[in-house]
Amino acid sequence: MAQDPKAMAKSDVRGGTAGKHKDRPAVFTPRADIFETGDAIVVIADMPGVNKNSLEITLEENILTVDGRVEPELLDGFTQAHREFKVGNYHRTFTLSDAVSRDGIVAVVKDGVLRLTLPKFGPTRARKIPVQGE
Amino acid sequence: MVWRGYTHPWDPWEALNEVEEEMPYLFVGTYGEAQHEFPPVNVWTNDEGAMVLAEVPGIAAGQLEVSVINDTVIMKGSRLPEELPEGAHYHRRERGFGRFTRSVRLPFRIAQERIEARVRDGTVRIHVPRATEDRPHRISVHEA
Repeated sequence: MAQDPKAMAKSDVRGGTAGKHKDRPAVFTPRADIFETGDAIVVIADMPGVNKNSLEITLEENILTVDGRVEPELLDGFTQAHREFKVGNYHRTFTLSDAVSRDGIVAVVKDGVLRLTLPKFGPTRARKIPVQGE
Repeated sequence: MVWRGYTHPWDPWEALNEVEEEMPYLFVGTYGEAQHEFPPVNVWTNDEGAMVLAEVPGIAAGQLEVSVINDTVIMKGSRLPEELPEGAHYHRRERGFGRFTRSVRLPFRIAQERIEARVRDGTVRIHVPRATEDRPHRISVHEA
């Protein structure tokens, strides 16, 4: 059995505007796992319905923003009979520490799951500051 | 229950739908989340059948098993936990993993040989056609 089956479904109300404004698309906070290895910090986020064309990732100073657009679920000639999840966009921001290199961030999205690899700087080498006499 | 008047034809799903839609929010958890089975499903219907939609992030087409028993569609699969390299550690863990089985019972007889399932970007769309002999048949009404 699933360790926590509901944790596999996207977070609903927690996302903020889900269901509160019927005329505006809902915005969800994608569930994410974050782990750190020796040379990188990896973020894995569940964003069902998102692919590389509908995903935008921006980095501004130390804020990494993930925005995913999902087309509304409209089926021509059908009427909705039962609903357990709402369809909407995804938005989440991550604050990067100074340990993360701004270059070399890799984002891969597959089967509605985003994987962000944020490389860490190598071990800091002590730099000798030359001292000048007067 | 709100009185709907005569503007819409009576829909037997509707009342049930409303209760089911609100139900999860009556028992919200710490984060105010809806408590559902995995995967959550949306069902759309018309006279010819139904479309069952579900969110299965991380599940590729080959990892999802869809089967039909009588009037019930069953989805099976599993999501494996990430294998962390030696020495790695989690900062945050919000995603779930494990095996799941979800069944959806439809209010009509299914044309089993014509059912079609498609997985795309972590969402599944199952077209479930209604058996031809089970579809509503329009009877022409004549004046006596």
